[in-house]
Amino acid sequence: MHNVVCIKQVPDSAQIRVHPVTNTIMRQGVPTIINPYDLFALEAALELRDKFGGEITVLTMGPSSAEDSLRKALTFGADRAVLLTDRCFAGADTLATTYALATAIRKIGKEYGPPDLIFTGKQTIDGDTAQVGPGVAKRLGVLQLTYVAKIRALDLTARTIETERRSEGGVQVLRTSLPCLITMLEATNQIRRGAMADALRAARTPIVKWSAQEAGVEDISKCGLKGSPTIVKRVFAPSARAEKAVLVEAAEQPAQALIDAIFKHQPKLETDLAALARDA
Amino acid sequence: MIEQSFDAIVVGAGMAGNAAALTMAKRGMKVLQLERGEYSGSKNVQTAILDADIVEQLTPDFREDAPLERRLVEQRFWLMDRRSHIGLRYRFNDCNDERPNRYIVIRALFDKWFSRKVREAGATVLYQTTVTELAQNRRGRVIGVRTDRQDGIIHADVVVLAEGVNGLLGTCAGLRERPTPDQVALQVKEMHLLPRETIEARFNLKRDEGVVIEAAGTISRGMTGMGFIYANRECISLGIGCLVSDLQRTGETPYGLLNRFKRYPSVVPLINGSELKEYSAHLIAKRGYNTIPQLYGKGWVVVGDAAELNNTSHRGHLNVAMISGRIAAEAIFRVKSRGGRSTSNSFSLYKKMLNESYEDLKKYKDMPALMHTEPDNFLLTHPQLVSKAILNFARIGGRPKAGEEKSDSKSFGDVWSWTGLFGNGGFRLPRAWR
Repeated sequence: MHNVVCIKQVPDSAQIRVHPVTNTIMRQGVPTIINPYDLFALEAALELRDKFGGEITVLTMGPSSAEDSLRKALTFGADRAVLLTDRCFAGADTLATTYALATAIRKIGKEYGPPDLIFTGKQTIDGDTAQVGPGVAKRLGVLQLTYVAKIRALDLTARTIETERRSEGGVQVLRTSLPCLITMLEATNQIRRGAMADALRAARTPIVKWSAQEAGVEDISKCGLKGSPTIVKRVFAPSARAEKAVLVEAAEQPAQALIDAIFKHQPKLETDLAALARDA
Repeated sequence: MIEQSFDAIVVGAGMAGNAAALTMAKRGMKVLQLERGEYSGSKNVQTAILDADIVEQLTPDFREDAPLERRLVEQRFWLMDRRSHIGLRYRFNDCNDERPNRYIVIRALFDKWFSRKVREAGATVLYQTTVTELAQNRRGRVIGVRTDRQDGIIHADVVVLAEGVNGLLGTCAGLRERPTPDQVALQVKEMHLLPRETIEARFNLKRDEGVVIEAAGTISRGMTGMGFIYANRECISLGIGCLVSDLQRTGETPYGLLNRFKRYPSVVPLINGSELKEYSAHLIAKRGYNTIPQLYGKGWVVVGDAAELNNTSHRGHLNVAMISGRIAAEAIFRVKSRGGRSTSNSFSLYKKMLNESYEDLKKYKDMPALMHTEPDNFLLTHPQLVSKAILNFARIGGRPKAGEEKSDSKSFGDVWSWTGLFGNGGFRLPRAWR
């Protein structure tokens, strides 16, 4: 089988800072990492390859420095890496991104065989939209399974897949037919440490680089800033909340002391509760 | 199981390892370099002075894109006590040439760039891969390495150990001894962010000009040690290092020393209003060339700090490391191209070539070279004599108030070494002046 995993290089949010004056994100000097959710997707694909064989192609769109992330993905064990890089992709919102990625996945299908499964993380830690996965599925006209916690079964003869999907009310067990797109939930698995052979191969495998034209983009106006209807109006850092934790000390009757302390800080709450009690 | 083997495996991607890997790769050898960190330099905390001549031998056009902070135009030496310092400035105009000969570099950035050059030269470089053991055959010959990744042994004709000051592999394999506390210094350092213009104003620098201050005196509280201040592009590196054995003896804490150093009136105005960005610590080997252990054996050579190849200055290391890496690589290439085997006998060529290059270095040991390479001798021994003389001269009444500086005076006594004055540097100093 052939699976495609979409990854994104993101700034390490643990080390990011917001400029105190302009409120813009200071990307300079911040180390980049593979979006952590994408690693769950990659590991899910690797586990399928362990069982069923086949190939894994990782795909990303970004500047040429995104090559580092792809090489790391190869070290984990992916077979092939494709970097979609072109000035015309810059400034893309999720709509334009899905257009570029879907185009590239079609091209990957032509070059290296049609994908059975396309994986993404459930969302990225820098954008947090969770739109790109579903958007790609829609553009490719394949089914989508979002927030997947586990792949229960895969039948390559019948071409069906059965997954557990976490939803608000519990776990849904969903079966669908291939090809489809899966967005993986966090903490479902742990990315493996690639073997020496993988690491060596990763260091030597050339990264496939495609410009918009090479990827088969037909309508440049759908790419990048031009193709992005989303406009960032303002970026701001949320101000710290004024409330602080208060330590209530009480040797006896801690519950009473706690209630007293709460009512002292929120006198309105006391009158409201008293009114409620009267009405009841 | 990996079927392939390499001409050479280089363990470590610091200055020595990169110089060795680059040199061998350029010679067309099949090189594998293994680095524990996420990238070359990711574990490095040093700010250092880079000798341009040595880098030029490896990558002639490094000035085009290497991350160089500032070109070094001046070195300052401070003898400090609690309220004052005596300063000496050494300004070298050869740094104002079109091709300046010394640069301040932040190793975390420089090494990353250096590593890219190694990859471009054709070496296979693996990061996040820790060599756990040297693989030896029954006759004790090193035949490759084991790593923390699956697949067992990777074979190579020669293993170049460039694993740095701690040298765990070499120690575990019994190729070298564990450094003792009196052979290593513990250095702690802070990075202080400041606007570029502010740094230039405070240190009296033109754009791109850099300065390094090295300081001795009461800051080390009687221990063998030095402080340093580097004016980088947009930050100041400030730190202090002392011999580990002295720290043990006195019970002083490194961060305590650093905090006091920062509060000295000579230091305060330089870092005032800065944003503290990072705090780090590192071991620095203090053994000199005379006490170098075995540098080579059956199937292995050792370079850089791992070989305890350094001069006595804490910042000369990286340049010596680069030289040793390059020379080891050249020696290995010569042995290989002659069809020689990786025996202890053939690798003695490395030591021979290294000795020759040291002879070359010695020729230039005039006054500036002394300043460049041996400031701690220069500072720790002789000038403290000078310092006390000036102190006595400058102070009304000649002597400090009773008791006030008692501990300092005592500490001077500990550090002063008359043998140092007549033996090592002191003898050369007047000769250089001649």
